[in-house]
Amino acid sequence: MADLVLSARGMSRRFGGLYANKDVSLDMHKGMLHAVLGPNGAGKSTLINLLSGDLPPSAGQILYRGEDISGWSPDRRSRAGIGRSYQRTNIFPGFTVFENCRLAAQSRKPRALRIFSKAVAYDDLRDAADRAIEQAGLAERRDVVAATLSHGEQRQLEIAMVLATSPSVLLLDEPLAGMGPEESQSMVALLKKLTPDHAILLVEHDMDAVFAVADVITVMVTGQVLESGPPDQIRDSIAVQEAYLGEGEPDDE
Amino acid sequence: MPLPRKKTRNYLPLVLLVLALFPLFGSGYYNELIAKIMIMAIFAMSLDLLVGYTGLVSFGHAAFFGVAAYSVVLLSPKYDPGSLWLVLPAAILTGAAVAFVVGLFVLRTKGIYFIMVTLAFAQMIYFVFHDTPLGGGSDGAFLNVKPELRIGEKVLIDLNEPMQFYYIVLVFLVAAYVFLRVLLRSPLGHALAGIRSNEHRMQSLGFPVFLYKLAGFVTAGGLAGLAGFLSACQYGFVTPEILSWHQSGNVLLMVILGGMGTLNGAAIGAFAFVVLQEVFSALTKHWQLLMGAVIVTVVMVLPGGLSSLPRRLKGLLIGGGNRNG
Repeated sequence: MADLVLSARGMSRRFGGLYANKDVSLDMHKGMLHAVLGPNGAGKSTLINLLSGDLPPSAGQILYRGEDISGWSPDRRSRAGIGRSYQRTNIFPGFTVFENCRLAAQSRKPRALRIFSKAVAYDDLRDAADRAIEQAGLAERRDVVAATLSHGEQRQLEIAMVLATSPSVLLLDEPLAGMGPEESQSMVALLKKLTPDHAILLVEHDMDAVFAVADVITVMVTGQVLESGPPDQIRDSIAVQEAYLGEGEPDDE
Repeated sequence: MPLPRKKTRNYLPLVLLVLALFPLFGSGYYNELIAKIMIMAIFAMSLDLLVGYTGLVSFGHAAFFGVAAYSVVLLSPKYDPGSLWLVLPAAILTGAAVAFVVGLFVLRTKGIYFIMVTLAFAQMIYFVFHDTPLGGGSDGAFLNVKPELRIGEKVLIDLNEPMQFYYIVLVFLVAAYVFLRVLLRSPLGHALAGIRSNEHRMQSLGFPVFLYKLAGFVTAGGLAGLAGFLSACQYGFVTPEILSWHQSGNVLLMVILGGMGTLNGAAIGAFAFVVLQEVFSALTKHWQLLMGAVIVTVVMVLPGGLSSLPRRLKGLLIGGGNRNG
């Protein structure tokens, strides 16, 4: 078994009386892609927000390399190596693609006190940014202002920014949403390429993509884990079919 | 800077030349006016670092200007010149230190709350000086003799001399401008621009945004302190009014008038504001009405402020001026 990197233990999140996540436990290993499926409102985005620190859990523990990080701020988790992307594109619209990624890379080596140095002069940051842009397939759009990118390209940029921070954990919230078939294909290929070196959590509606790349699938319904296991087990599970797959294609959120 | 820029003609050397030669031709009154404008330009640029570059609309920036000005008076001997070695760094540090303490509180708020809380802190400090004998209460206090810079027995710089004062202000204006330009292209400057654009994403990328905002706030406070030091030295007295919300509002108007987030705009705004204030108040005692009309007009007609005027005009002359982005 690969190394256990990030795990949730009995994690819950309440909004008033409503449980968005209830007693969720899951493990993420290096070299494995863990996909999370579920209908709208199943708590998938909440799960990512809890793991990334955007939301504090109401109960339970989040362990990162054996350490309880439940109380850590999002920036501290990011610096520790937990990177996330957003379902709704969350970029710096006025900056170029390159500066979006260069700034992301800069967060690894803050150098905030070197106020007499030029931010764009650091080769390591430029390299990290260009590598991430290349990986996400945006090389030709490197010097374009992000706001003028197409929706699909902004989704690619969203991923490139996370990659520029060289994370060891990737929490990806519907990276394929809004992408064309070609872009989707290259993103799936990228996910496969990234899996050996990362622990990836993928929330995604695109079934074909999920079954193509996932090593483990967790199905969530109303904030709880319904079933978790390898793709074949999930495909054949009667409980999953009844609760989720039987409903037909879920709508996009 | 993050955005790609077209090469524009650089007028700065020309402006610098005019400022350097001005006292050779100007009279005492105009020299004093230009010196005042340059001091206000430093003050406005320090605020632009927050408003225009970090996205923090501070409505209490006069507090840092004011406490620094008071520190000059309080640290200078009564009948002897204070030492520039001591008084100047002390004034800048005072501005920065007060900004640090205030920043620890106000930077936890956002948007409209930030505006209100900065205003509240500045008013608290205003009343400390207005209602306690610390700085002479509501009457203010005099700086009888302005600081001088001496090495041994030799006086190198004497701020009591108007000419020397003018050139010292000019040197500090250039220094503040260069310092901010260098800062803005540094990793810190880029991070502040990122915070302005999308603070949430900055945090999720791993930036401790509070510390970055605090660094920006303290830097702006220190520069406002420099302006406060120069202002105290120009007039030779301080009153609580320099800490009041009018002063905070005026400097914010200068930044808006000139164009936020351009640095040059802050200086242009300071120039326009002070000159208009002089012209209008010579015309009528209801000069604030005219000033208000000008500001409303500029904001509505020129959303980018006065500094965007040449670009706008060029666009009109060329006709449409549509460029493919």
